[in-house]
Amino acid sequence: MKLTRAEQLTHTGANLQVRFSRVILSSEGYSTVTLFKEFVLPRLVQWVVVIVIGVTITFMIPRLSPVNPVDQALGRMTTFQTMNPEATQALRETFLDLYGLEGNIFDQYLNFWRRLLVGDLGPSFTSFPTPVMQIIGNSVGWTIGLLGISTFVSWLLGLILGSLAGYFSNHWWSQLLEKILITVYPIPYYILAFVLLMIFTYYLPLFPLVGGARGTPGFTWEYIGSILYFGFLPALSLIIGAVAFRFIMSKALTTSEKSSDYVQYAELAALPKRKILFSYVTRNTMLPQVTDLALSLGALFEGALITEVVFGYPGLGYTLFNAVNSADYNVIMGITLLSIVGIATASLLVDLSYPLFDPRVRYR
Amino acid sequence: MDAIRDLFRFSPSFRYGAIIVTLVFALVIISFFSPYEPDDRRAVARNEPPSLQFILGTTSQGQDVFWMLTFALRNTLLVAGLAVLIGRGVGVLLGMVSGYIGGTVDRLLSSLVDSVIVIPRLPLLILIASIMRGQMSILTLGLLIGLLDWAIPSKRYRSQVLSLREREFTYTSVFSGMSVFKIVTQAHLPFLIPFLLADIVSGFLFAIGLEVTLSILGLSDLDTQTIGTQIYWGNYYQALLTNRVWVLAAPIGISILVVTGFYLTSVGLSSYLDPRTRLGRLEVKSKVNVPETEPEVTTTDGVTP
Repeated sequence: MKLTRAEQLTHTGANLQVRFSRVILSSEGYSTVTLFKEFVLPRLVQWVVVIVIGVTITFMIPRLSPVNPVDQALGRMTTFQTMNPEATQALRETFLDLYGLEGNIFDQYLNFWRRLLVGDLGPSFTSFPTPVMQIIGNSVGWTIGLLGISTFVSWLLGLILGSLAGYFSNHWWSQLLEKILITVYPIPYYILAFVLLMIFTYYLPLFPLVGGARGTPGFTWEYIGSILYFGFLPALSLIIGAVAFRFIMSKALTTSEKSSDYVQYAELAALPKRKILFSYVTRNTMLPQVTDLALSLGALFEGALITEVVFGYPGLGYTLFNAVNSADYNVIMGITLLSIVGIATASLLVDLSYPLFDPRVRYR
Repeated sequence: MDAIRDLFRFSPSFRYGAIIVTLVFALVIISFFSPYEPDDRRAVARNEPPSLQFILGTTSQGQDVFWMLTFALRNTLLVAGLAVLIGRGVGVLLGMVSGYIGGTVDRLLSSLVDSVIVIPRLPLLILIASIMRGQMSILTLGLLIGLLDWAIPSKRYRSQVLSLREREFTYTSVFSGMSVFKIVTQAHLPFLIPFLLADIVSGFLFAIGLEVTLSILGLSDLDTQTIGTQIYWGNYYQALLTNRVWVLAAPIGISILVVTGFYLTSVGLSSYLDPRTRLGRLEVKSKVNVPETEPEVTTTDGVTP
């Protein structure tokens, strides 16, 4: 690759700090082993801690609450029909077993873990013998698809728009964009999704009101097209909120990066602005954005839950909503646990991919 | 007073934000003079569109949307206020303990906080709310939201305290024999207060968002008027399909207004309090004030509290 003199110098400036740390690291014997010990291991430990805390909280909540779920379930069942005492007693024992409420609290806790580790979350109460795992399995794919696409699109779009607006901050379009997104950013997900629903399915009926797809599942254009068609509005509502957040952060980072010496030098050397922005400035602002993505996954997931309820999208959020309405505790608990484990794992993966973006590792 | 006037002049976003927030609090105060009780039904004619008599129309249950909205606003802000109080209370305490004590305590607390940050809060809140269904008052809701929102603030306060502890004036006060309590309350607190203000606003936004979400899912106390329950009942009585959009538009509009108002205030506040812009402003001021005051007095403003 041929670089002009000016470009070479700018490159040096942009990576000065990076090179500094590389020198320090390599003098300490920077190797795969240290990478594992200093970087991967603490994150793995953190991941285990998150899951233990999450499982413990999910275990404790129903047991700390003043409401006894067994009595409540019994109450629901005996409201409309009378049962003889023996049947009620048998039912109570069945419920105790189902909820894992037998024995003292320590036994219960161990049992809870034992069942969890083999992937047994118990049966659903409303559609009785169906295991919770199967119900979750039917809906989790929709959520992952929706969340994956909207996270990726919003991250990229926010980063690009934010860099542009931060670098060309004197243009009218950059200021207009900032004003709009700052107004959109604090609006709760539900309100945003609901307004979109009102506009695009009621006043301008362009998109469907509920559902995830039409037709028989399969790898046909028709089916995939309908998935995109049904998923467009839910994804849009997620993307708008997330782009606003990413935009604000990216713009702030770019603005502070813009005053660096290497940028001024590159401008004096009359490099094309597009090259300065995307080859040097944005690449330097990308690192904190990757770490932040890991932290903001949880918030995005919460947004997806709400969005699915609003649009009747058949993912985890919608299943959760139905479970809440029919008081199906096992399903609610299963989804809570799964979301904690899922988000923790996704954050871990994003975090672990950090070295891929970090020049210190890549340069070696 | 001087600072407020400065703030108004300095930041347009604070100006607009402050106007909106004042408006919102005016609505809250008005709610105490409402001609109807909060849960009065059939108090007025049903299904009236907005007019001079009913500014925001009436619902299918014969409630005046405008007065409903004032109650809703009051209760939602109450929930959010309680949540902020608890969340920031725990957060500030943990962050300060962790930052000042350091060592093993700090490492343990930090790894706890880092773990809690990752856990998605909405599913947990839904789990708690669905178990406590029917017994949830708006106060319990505020309490719960507060108990779930302390991890991020505590992390922020910890880093603030860590940087304050290393400043020179801390050493000066340590060497001149001030007690730890005195250093914290007299030397460090003034630095934390502006930061706390901006943080409180973001806590408010989070709590309002969660309140609205939970109510719409039908999980909060549905008999109390809040912005969320107002949307819930609007949906329940099919306001959209029966062409009574005003029933939904009012709470949606006001929630957008409230969050934007709070957010603009906090943006203005934090950019005003940002040390870099602050130094720039002080320089401008000291240049203007050169004949009147000693320049040293103004430039040391950031160091002596």
